[in-house]
Amino acid sequence: MTTETTGVIKARVRLGDRVFSTSTIVAGSLILVVLAAVAVFLVVQSIPAIVAKPGTLPNAAPNFWAYVWPLVFGTVWAAAIALVISIPISIGVALFISHYAPRRLAQGLGYIIDLLAAVPSVVFGLWGVLVLARAIQPFFVWLNANFGWIPLFGGTVSGTGKTVLTVAIVLAVMVLPIMTAVCREVFLQTPRLHEEAALALGATRWEMIRTAVLPFGRPGIISASMLGLGRALGETLAVAMVLSPAVVINFFLLTSQNPNTIASNIALQFPEASGIGINTLIASGLVLFVITFIVNAIARFAINRRKAFSGAN
Amino acid sequence: MNVKRRIFTRASSIAAIAIAGTILLSSCAANEAAPTTSASSAPVSKLSGTLNGIGSSAQGAAETAWIAGFQQANPQVTVNYDPQGSGAGRTNFISGAADFAGSDAAMKDTELATVSPLCKAGTKAIDLPVYISPIAIAYNVAGLTDLKLDAATIAGIFKGTITKWSDPAIKSQNSGATLPDAAITVVHRSDDSGTTQNFTDYLSANAPTVWDKPAAQTYPYAVGDAAKGTSGVADAVKGAANSIAYIDESGATGLSIAQLKVGSAYVKINAAGAADVVAKSPVATGRGTNDLAIAIDRKNTDKNAWPMVLVSYLIVCNTYADAAKGELVKAYATYVASSEGQSAAATQAGSAPLSADLATKVATAIATIK
Repeated sequence: MTTETTGVIKARVRLGDRVFSTSTIVAGSLILVVLAAVAVFLVVQSIPAIVAKPGTLPNAAPNFWAYVWPLVFGTVWAAAIALVISIPISIGVALFISHYAPRRLAQGLGYIIDLLAAVPSVVFGLWGVLVLARAIQPFFVWLNANFGWIPLFGGTVSGTGKTVLTVAIVLAVMVLPIMTAVCREVFLQTPRLHEEAALALGATRWEMIRTAVLPFGRPGIISASMLGLGRALGETLAVAMVLSPAVVINFFLLTSQNPNTIASNIALQFPEASGIGINTLIASGLVLFVITFIVNAIARFAINRRKAFSGAN
Repeated sequence: MNVKRRIFTRASSIAAIAIAGTILLSSCAANEAAPTTSASSAPVSKLSGTLNGIGSSAQGAAETAWIAGFQQANPQVTVNYDPQGSGAGRTNFISGAADFAGSDAAMKDTELATVSPLCKAGTKAIDLPVYISPIAIAYNVAGLTDLKLDAATIAGIFKGTITKWSDPAIKSQNSGATLPDAAITVVHRSDDSGTTQNFTDYLSANAPTVWDKPAAQTYPYAVGDAAKGTSGVADAVKGAANSIAYIDESGATGLSIAQLKVGSAYVKINAAGAADVVAKSPVATGRGTNDLAIAIDRKNTDKNAWPMVLVSYLIVCNTYADAAKGELVKAYATYVASSEGQSAAATQAGSAPLSADLATKVATAIATIK
């Protein structure tokens, strides 16, 4: 009603407040500056490769996009298979910990899975190339002999087992801890009332999980998957050590000729690269940067869209 | 009583630490030098300073041996070598970030055009061949120990036109050997490498009808399994039955190595033959004085020659802008090319020591470093 300004009591500005708010602003903007600096570096260094004349690029590629396309495919392909393997497992493990296991066991198991996240990727790489690839190769031969009619398992089986499927398994193990941890936390937050209501209506435990826990946890599962995908897309050393790469685009899982991933390709070729080759590798890094950005954006979008229906409110 | 015991345990723990410390220190000392020999035989070096090198990973083990030997004789000097890769080495040398580079390829003409800020204006960088490594054809076939192959067959196997061990092309050269009727698993490098460059160079020179791609750092055909680095290739071959790979000889321990047809005879891999091929190869044309970039003669058919060989260079300025740095580099390069340095590399890294006449040529070039 009153139009004249009522005297707002101003809080006294103290030095401590000033210092603290300024330092948070600096910290907040620093991350933007770093991100911008990385982006600028990538773009500036990429330009010579993107405008390069045919014949100057590695792999005899006619232009940069032809060079990077198989790598983009390989990056997404390997990460996608890894997710197909790891999503059901991580949901299963998370549900076991949150709803099935006795409390003491659940806690121990949770610790062990978190511990898995602390294993450096080079160790996973060594395990992948020295243990898994050799051990799984006979299984690949069997798979190819019996299910070779499925295009995925067709082609000539790799003699060393260093295939995209082996890589995907290693990646799946690597992303499992983070995905399990997120899923577990979300499942544990399912409102007790929802669960009890489901049980009271005569649901079995599985039906209770299906009707109460999983719908509530869906955004959590999606964000867990995206976190996992982010790690799988950018994983470098383990892929470089395990994969037998070639410049191809195919969907075969068991052959020697596998599409390489962007990060692994950079790791493999950078030491001996010179001139335009370096620009090309940096430009492919820019492409990876964009891909991970898109993945994150999709994840955000999915989570925000689903929030309203999740039952969290 | 109690107090006494506590003191006792403390004393004993101090003693334990002291003993452990002594052992540690003495083992360090043992690592560094045998002071008696170096003090008596050579006057104590007056050189001091730090040298930073970046480059070829193939040279890595040899550089470690050279640095250990050189620092023993010159305790005031620190030499660092970062085996990032040949390309990285040359790039960093040109930009001035490294005092010298190790590289599996000589400087390209375009690279020579830019003079490192470390070099005196108007002078050029020079390539010194200091590391020779025979490349082996290593294989893992149960029951097969003396495989013999000629260039065309190797090219066929690595191009993917010969796919079985029982192929007539292999059989005809290995009468009496038991060759399995199994598919050949070819293993090659997944990273760009000087080994691939020299291997493909050998094949394109000796079997041009089969190997129709030029020499390249990147493996040119979509054949076989790829593995990272020499150790990765060795592991892959060890782990996969009926596999074959090209690999630096030093990395092939534990694997069978094929004999190579040179001229009309089959030759076993040997360091002397590899060094001999390099020594008899002409110096690349169009190079400045003292630049010893070598155009390896892949068609050398001398007795016991091994033309499937990799040469790695030490790349330095001929004249450094900083005279003290020049003196250091000269001393280091002299040691590297000396028979002492070469035999250290041979024991530590499995390289082939330079032959006497090439060593003399290299020493003459090194003498001009300022």
